[in-house]
Amino acid sequence: MSARHLNLLGLALVGIIGLAVMWLTPRFAELDTVLDLTVYMIMAILALSLALIWGYGGILCFGQSAFFGLGAYTYAIAMFNMGESTVPLLLAIVLPAAFAALLGYFMFYGRISDVYLGVITLTVTLILFNSVNSTAGPEFHIGAARLGGFNGIPGIPPLNWPFNKTAPIDLEGMFYLSTGALLLTYFGLRLLLASQFGRIIVGIRENERRAELLGYDPRAYKLATFTIGGALAGFAGCLFANWGNFVSPTIFGLAQSAQIIIWVIVGGRGTLIGPVIGCIGIQWLSAALGANQPSGSSDFWSKIFANAPLILGVILIAFVLLVPKGLVPTLGDLGQMLLNGRRERKQRGLAPQQAE
Amino acid sequence: MAEPLLQTRDLSMHFGGVKAVNDVNFTLAQGELRCLIGPNGAGKSTFFKMLTGQLEPTRGEVLFRGNDISHAHAHTIARMGIGIKTQVPSVFDGLSVRENIWLAASRLNSRERARRLVDEMLARIGLTQAADRIVGQLAHGQRQWVELGLVLATDPELILLDEPAAGMTHEEVQKTAELVREINRTKALIVVEHDMQFIRMIAKQVTVFNRGSILVEDSVENILRNPLVRDIYLGKQAAA
Repeated sequence: MSARHLNLLGLALVGIIGLAVMWLTPRFAELDTVLDLTVYMIMAILALSLALIWGYGGILCFGQSAFFGLGAYTYAIAMFNMGESTVPLLLAIVLPAAFAALLGYFMFYGRISDVYLGVITLTVTLILFNSVNSTAGPEFHIGAARLGGFNGIPGIPPLNWPFNKTAPIDLEGMFYLSTGALLLTYFGLRLLLASQFGRIIVGIRENERRAELLGYDPRAYKLATFTIGGALAGFAGCLFANWGNFVSPTIFGLAQSAQIIIWVIVGGRGTLIGPVIGCIGIQWLSAALGANQPSGSSDFWSKIFANAPLILGVILIAFVLLVPKGLVPTLGDLGQMLLNGRRERKQRGLAPQQAE
Repeated sequence: MAEPLLQTRDLSMHFGGVKAVNDVNFTLAQGELRCLIGPNGAGKSTFFKMLTGQLEPTRGEVLFRGNDISHAHAHTIARMGIGIKTQVPSVFDGLSVRENIWLAASRLNSRERARRLVDEMLARIGLTQAADRIVGQLAHGQRQWVELGLVLATDPELILLDEPAAGMTHEEVQKTAELVREINRTKALIVVEHDMQFIRMIAKQVTVFNRGSILVEDSVENILRNPLVRDIYLGKQAAA
């Protein structure tokens, strides 16, 4: 089986599984499960935004949560002012994208090195956290929307069908929307990465100097990649604000930023499905560990296993040390090795003199 | 006389107190093939880096077809038509040979034409069989060919080759020399090389660099006879 066939098979598999989950879940699962799955799908879109810019573009952004949070806050504020969700949804994509473009312009055209890029993006999201966190008073409002400081913004009105205020999207509808959006994002990014643009950004990740000497301007390509990543994260933020009808400054916080990076590390850089699996798996695990919280028992082990951050930390360290490429690429390598082994044995059997 | 393809005026690159390249006045005619020799540290690679925008000169200027490119970005210079094969092969190590060449070919060509050009180029550099292998896993000599293929696929007017024969077997060196002569039918080249055998196979005019400056420029026969050049550079090889 050639690489091309494997590729198509993988795409078909993702499509079938995705559609099956989308179709079956609301029919067979409890509403709780549907709600949980909805937020997993939303976070997976966020994971894909970093998978694009870090995994393919080679830009290590420690502050992807900045665009996620901006998307959520933009939607909330616009919604309280407009009451109809079409424009707020678009704003929640455009504004984070514009912010990413501005930030990216200074970073890439200022030739900031990779390490400082990580520091700057992390700082930006923490600045946003602190700024929004200190807007609790009633004097902090944008139009009709009070920012609420550390209390956040509760009661955000839900999305409605485009230009139809009277038809809000219900919980089940949110599940369909989020899952559909995740599938569209996934296939859209696959298309993007198969295009000339996508192949060039991978080339720049592999060898920036060489790409430059062939006549490509790495700054422009990185800026475009970063902006697309910002738009996607903003979109995920909008869906997230919808899901809980609530947004608070922790969305900009360190825990949120770190989590996105962990999803991508665990799932594997340089793949799209990896970060999606990493994201959903880790969220599921966190939820399972949280639900395990011992009420009465004070047994040592049950306490350890109920400590989600500790377990997640161990998982992260284990992955960085033992599976540095991440889940999906490592499985891919294993498959390749098995395939090569079989092919070699076959060749040796047929024509030993051709073996090199 | 026609306008030179490339000209440098008092071109200098100083790193602190070190004058890596100092007041170099160099002229290359349209379609010319020039060899650049000189001991290690003579400034040849620094000179190449200034021609391709990888280093901004401390002083002086580079004129390519009459345009001052001394402060232009590397990608702009590449688009104007200067291609370089660097000393240590600079390729896309994580990608396949085909993908490497495609990245070079696709800047100027439509999808369909790029694909055809890639196939042609793979045949030309003799890597059709290895087209789907990852470049990082190839032997050093083959990676050199990949880089040459990359440069040729962007169809530059002037090609700079930094030690194209380094680390190659005798057979590969001959093949490279043939290819260089063939390229020279349509393009101008500057070749930095230590291997005098190789230079004899390809060169007419030779420029000798020493301590950041041009020591002498002459035909390859005269250079080989020049006692000054023998002293600073060829002595070791002649004795060996």
